[in-house]
Amino acid sequence: MSGPGAINVLELRGVSKTYGQEPDRVHALAGVDLSVRAGEMVAVMGPSGSGKSTLLTIAGSLEDPTSGEVLVCGMALAGMPRARKARLRRRVIGYVFQDFNLLPGLTAVENTALPLELDGVAVPKARAAGLAALTALGVAGKADRFPDQLSGGERQRVAIARAVVGDHRLLLADEPSGALDSVNAGEVMRLLHEACQRGVAAVVVTHDAQLAAWADRVVLLRDGRMTGQTTRPPGPESLLIPGEIR
Amino acid sequence: MLLALLSEEPKYGLQLREEFEAGTGEVWPLNVGQVYKTLARMERDGLAESDGTSQDGPQKRFRITRQGEAALAAWLRTPPDLTSPPRDELVMKVLVAARVPGTDAHEVIQVHRVYLLELMQQWTRLKEGEARDDLGLALVVDAELFRLDAVIRWLDAADVRIARAAAEPPRPARAAAPVPQLRRLGARR
Repeated sequence: MSGPGAINVLELRGVSKTYGQEPDRVHALAGVDLSVRAGEMVAVMGPSGSGKSTLLTIAGSLEDPTSGEVLVCGMALAGMPRARKARLRRRVIGYVFQDFNLLPGLTAVENTALPLELDGVAVPKARAAGLAALTALGVAGKADRFPDQLSGGERQRVAIARAVVGDHRLLLADEPSGALDSVNAGEVMRLLHEACQRGVAAVVVTHDAQLAAWADRVVLLRDGRMTGQTTRPPGPESLLIPGEIR
Repeated sequence: MLLALLSEEPKYGLQLREEFEAGTGEVWPLNVGQVYKTLARMERDGLAESDGTSQDGPQKRFRITRQGEAALAAWLRTPPDLTSPPRDELVMKVLVAARVPGTDAHEVIQVHRVYLLELMQQWTRLKEGEARDDLGLALVVDAELFRLDAVIRWLDAADVRIARAAAEPPRPARAAAPVPQLRRLGARR
C-alpha cells in the first residue's frame, strides 16, 4: 500500500505562499515539501495561523502557491488551464468539510452522485457510483433519505461517500469532525482511514491530537514551516504485555 | 476490581486473574501471587469468603460477602486522590529546558510532542483493531489517549508561554503566589 514503488497522489515541492505587500507581508507557507502516497493518510497539525488551511487549499488547487510546485497524480498544476484544473478537481479530489455541506434538497444518493453529474457523467451511471460509495460506507439503506432525515453519524458517512465517489484519489478534509463528540469524531476518522485502506490518499487538517493519531503520518506545521513529523510507529502489539499477545 | 468480579458469582483465584486482565484489555498485567495475597486480605477483613477448604491455592473458590458488597459500592463512589499534582518527569524536563542557557525549549518540546503522537498512533491502531469488539479494552485505550492528549495540550500551552516569556521583559515577582499555596495544599495531607 505504501511501499517504495507506490504512487504519490499529492506532491508539494518547496511550496510557499505569501499574502499582502511588504512590510505587512504574511508568509502563510514557507518551503513546504510533502508527499502523500496512494493509501496513505496524513494529518496536518499546528496552532491556528500555522498555515494548515492554506496548505489544504493549495493541495486542492483552489489557490496557487507563490512559489514551488504542486503535483496531483503526477500532474503539475502550474500553468494548467483553468478548465482543466477544475476538471481535475471534480474527478480526482474529494473534500470533507467541517459541517459536511450536504445539499438539503437532494437525497443521500443524489448528494453523493453530484460531483460526477457535474462532471458530465450520465445520471444513471453517476447514481450507481453514488450508491456504491454509500454501500462502502454502510449507508446504502439511507440512499433515498434527505439530509434532515439522517442522523449526524449518517450525514458524516454520506459526506465521506461523496468525497470518495467515482475515481476520487485524493481526499482533503479540514477539521472533518466539526463539533461532534469525541466518540463520533473518532468514527469519522475511522471511516476516512478505511477509505485510505481502499487506496485513496488523504490529507486531514486538525488541531486535535486524538484525531490526528488515526493518520499513518502526522506532520507538524508552525509559522508556515514543517517543523516535524512522526515516523511510522511500530504496531500496537508493542503496547501489549510481552508474551501475552493473543 | 476483584470484588467487582466476585460480585458476579463465586470464582477461583486463577479465574479472577484471567478475567481482570481480559476486562482491562490486558493492559495491566496481574501476578497470580498478588491475586491470592489480596484474596487472603479480603477474607481476613470479611469482604470475601472461601468455600471452606483449608488449603490455599487454585482449589479455593471465593464469594463476596454483604460487607464486601458494601465496600465495593463505597469504593466505586470514592474519588481517587487527585489533589496534589504528581511529580512529572516531562514537566521537569520542560521547566529545565526553559532555564538552561543555550537550550531551545521549542525544539525540546517538539521532540516530546512527536514521541507522544507516535504513542497515540499506536493506541489508536489498537482501538481500530482489537478494541472494536472489546469494551474493556476500548475504555482503557480511550483513557490512555485522553491522558496523552492532555500532555500534548500542556506542551502546546508551554510552548506558547515560553515563547511569550522570551519576547516580553520579566515582570516583578507577583505572579509567584500560587506556588506556595499549592505546596501548602500538598503539605496538609
